Amino acid sequence: MSKEIKFSDETLEVVAKIILRYPEGRQKSALLPVLHIAQAEFDGWLSSEVMDYVASILNIKPIEVYEVASFYSMYNLKPVGKCLLEVCRTGPCMLNGAEDLVAHFENKLNIKDGETTADGMFTLKTVECLGSCGTAPMLQCGADYYENLDNQKADALLDKLRDENQRSRYC
Amino acid sequence: MARKILLEHLNVPGIETLEVFRKMGGYQAVEKVLKTMSPDDVTEEVKKSGLRGRGGAGFPAGMKWSFIDKKSEKPRYLVCNADESEPGTFKDRYLMEKIPHSLIEGMIVSSYALGAKTSYIYIRGEYFYVLRILEKAIAEAYEAGFLGKNILGTDYSLDLHVQIGAGAYICGEETALLESLEGKRGNPRMKPPFPAISGLYASPTVVNNVETIAAVPHIVNMTGDEYAKIGVGRSTGTKLISASGHINKPGVYEIEMGLPVEEFIYSDEYCGGIKNGKRLKALIAGGSSVPILPEHLITKTANGDARLMTYESLSDGGFVSGTMLGSGGFIVMDETTCIVRNTWTLARFYHHESCGQCSPCREGTGWMEKVLHRIENGHGKMSDVDLLVDIAKKIEGNTICPLGDAAAWPIASAIRHFREEFEYHVKYPEKVKDPKHFFYAPFVSEKMNASIA
Amino acid sequence: MAKVTIDGLEMEVPDGTSILNAARMVGGDIVPPAMCYYSKLKGSGGKCRTCLVKVSQGSAKDPRPMPKLVPSCSTTVQDGMVVENITSLDVLEARKGVVEFLLINHPLDCPVCDQAGECDLQNLGYKHGLAKTRYEEERRTFEKADIGDNIKLHMNRCILCYRCTYVADQLTDCRSHGVINRGDHAEISTYISKAIDNDFSGNMIDVCPVGALTDKTFRFSSRVWFTKPMDAHRDCKKCSGKVVLWEKGNEVLRVTGRKDKYGELEEFICNECRFEKKNTSDWVIEGPRHIDKHSVISQNHYELLNNIKVDIVKYQKQVAERVNKG
Ligand SMILES: Cc1cc2nc3c(=O)[nH]c(=O)nc-3n(C[C@H](O)[C@H](O)[C@H](O)COP(=O)(O)O)c2cc1C
Ligand code: SF4
Ligand code: FES
Ligand code: FES
Repeated sequence: MSKEIKFSDETLEVVAKIILRYPEGRQKSALLPVLHIAQAEFDGWLSSEVMDYVASILNIKPIEVYEVASFYSMYNLKPVGKCLLEVCRTGPCMLNGAEDLVAHFENKLNIKDGETTADGMFTLKTVECLGSCGTAPMLQCGADYYENLDNQKADALLDKLRDENQRSRYC
Repeated sequence: MARKILLEHLNVPGIETLEVFRKMGGYQAVEKVLKTMSPDDVTEEVKKSGLRGRGGAGFPAGMKWSFIDKKSEKPRYLVCNADESEPGTFKDRYLMEKIPHSLIEGMIVSSYALGAKTSYIYIRGEYFYVLRILEKAIAEAYEAGFLGKNILGTDYSLDLHVQIGAGAYICGEETALLESLEGKRGNPRMKPPFPAISGLYASPTVVNNVETIAAVPHIVNMTGDEYAKIGVGRSTGTKLISASGHINKPGVYEIEMGLPVEEFIYSDEYCGGIKNGKRLKALIAGGSSVPILPEHLITKTANGDARLMTYESLSDGGFVSGTMLGSGGFIVMDETTCIVRNTWTLARFYHHESCGQCSPCREGTGWMEKVLHRIENGHGKMSDVDLLVDIAKKIEGNTICPLGDAAAWPIASAIRHFREEFEYHVKYPEKVKDPKHFFYAPFVSEKMNASIA
Repeated sequence: MAKVTIDGLEMEVPDGTSILNAARMVGGDIVPPAMCYYSKLKGSGGKCRTCLVKVSQGSAKDPRPMPKLVPSCSTTVQDGMVVENITSLDVLEARKGVVEFLLINHPLDCPVCDQAGECDLQNLGYKHGLAKTRYEEERRTFEKADIGDNIKLHMNRCILCYRCTYVADQLTDCRSHGVINRGDHAEISTYISKAIDNDFSGNMIDVCPVGALTDKTFRFSSRVWFTKPMDAHRDCKKCSGKVVLWEKGNEVLRVTGRKDKYGELEEFICNECRFEKKNTSDWVIEGPRHIDKHSVISQNHYELLNNIKVDIVKYQKQVAERVNKG
């Protein structure tokens, strides 16, 4: 059931507006924001077909898109679960229990870092400092930050996300 | 109470809106510069203020502005560095989220000073929700005539856009940021040419940190001379400090430069002391890239002077016994902390974030992480400790951009000050099996014990 | 013109010359090794850091030394500049470090590598490296890949000089390979298996300083040092047609461009000349090619090769095991 790889007219208009932010001929500058949009529109990850489509919109070579998409950690080049739990693991968060939090998720969801639950609901991903060290430990799911977490709050969050049953997205 | 400038109106309800922000005196600086000052006047005030870049390097902002190539026919750009990804640093996010208009006002005033007609704020991808806050504020500013064509009826026009990143610490390095803004991989550029000559789209460009830019309207309002009176010596003004780790009150604090480190850690106005009544063990004072300090060098310098929150005092003693103010990411560690584990997580960070362009950083960061991982997990050898020092030395200074140095310093300094702890991991592998090995029984120096006995 | 001193040798070079090119004008030992810079490829250089030198005096106007070692390939000379290359212990130490970094993830599979004998990394390691590795961690590995019909990519050997991407950008009209991923996961790739097909894509093989990109029409036919290089040319509509034929007996095993003493192509050649003209009758033979590079294949350096073989003997076993496994 793969949907046709094409932005809606509204999305295309958003993209056109983004391109206008840059001088003429510099439409490649729109690549990062447009890839975010594409990822949000096409199930949370960037297939090579989606990237080729973005290349065609911005009139650049497909390899230029692959090079960029594979450089930045927020673009998923493989399918991910509906909710991508990005748990910070860097120094300051580690000092305040990030490792316990990751272990809790691994137990609770019965997956390891980088894996997706069998029902396709959650993917667990450890990430580097999210600029929220004062409220550690924390995680990001979609555009939302969940801070000062402990095991109870983590469980409540999982329940909430399961109830909402929405695909997490940055934009 | 110490003087607040950037966060003075933090708690005013609705300060995120243009209306309330203006009521509290916001956008006055825009009126003032557009109607009464030439661009060079503005630069002159910033020079007088002594304002130094708040992104990490502490380069004088006014001087950086004066380097911009004014003879070039190309358009000039101001790009705000809101990539904030240095572990331990979260002040820019706080400022943009709470008082977004302070950055926008700063962008307008600074762009005017530089003669930029289009400016960009490059924000890290993870801060998507802050992007929305900024976009809303920018829309308000356009509506009110502070952005767009003929601002406040003058002949100065400015367009301001926010560009989103997508997860890459290296894009905080200014030339990598410009590459990223051009839609490319965040590979830092070779310098020279510097951005002031050839930056965004090969045009003259200034890149400044969020906090640097947000300070400019205040400088314009109070005059550079007045701003320069705050602080000590060449560390003028106020600074936002992101405090994290084992403290009672983590968060973002605005301090006057010159505040004693001791007061910052223990006063209830700031960090409120060490959590759970534990003892202080170590401090990373300016974001993960700066050298770590052991307990006896935190509140006092090697000479016994009180250590102050200034560029100069924090770096007193150089690499031997000092550190740096950096981005103001203040990470406090108590006695239960394993320095090796902390150093390893930072090494993993730099390994993860190296762009991979130049060989010392690409290969060296991964190597150091692997060796540290072995030591931390009880699989190290004595020679590994010196090996780490040597790898760090071979990276430092030999790379394209300072990420290599940033990866090397935390490791070199941790071994300099905590060598015995590294050796302990090698000597007693079974004692470090539990990942929380120092949690219940803090590390005690055998050397120190022996000297007491 | 600018007056520069490199390792005590004074010279005068045009303004805007890089330190490396100034040194190359004089030649000899004062020339820093260069693994990523390629004078004919715009934007190349600065990445490998093997060419680092010390600037002990910035210029006549500003005699202060530069605070850090600088890449000689991308640092322009200033009038009155004083540069130390092999006369600086700092430089030699840093270079040793760079060589070690370049080798830690390198498979050291010279015994089975086509490039052996004409590999810049092999030469570099011999001249500047440590005798033994201090690296005990697992080496990074990638799968081998075909890039088009004629080029094999052996990513394990790549040092990420980016030269091949510049060839694709600057010589062909549609670059379809590039550098993907980041840090030490970065790799040369087409991302999805796409054939590189373009009249000049074969030059990627010649600019590759190591054995990462090799000519599939030549692979394993022979070690280079058993072949006889001959200058030859043909009338070609696409390129100059000036090549080197690598012959064994009367057979043309391989066709490459002509390289100067710094390993750089004198002219880029087209794929037709490189891959399709494998009969001596296709060519007008000019005579034996003089290889004047400091390479193990240049005649008076055969003894080096033996030494290198000794150096890598202990890896040969490992490699042989790996090769046997699969
Ligand atoms: C690896 C690396 C990461 C950096 N990250 C940031 C950052 O996140 N934010 C920032 O303002 N400056 C960062 N910098 C410093 C910038 O390169 C640049 O110096 C700064 O944005 C200039 O602004 P300022 O003069 O106002 O501080 C980073 C530098 C390096 C080398
Ligand atoms: S030092 Fe590291 S991050 Fe900087 S250019 Fe080199 S590889 Fe990239
Ligand atoms: S270390 Fe986790 S948010 Fe900074
Ligand atoms: S040749 Fe100069 S850095 Fe590679």
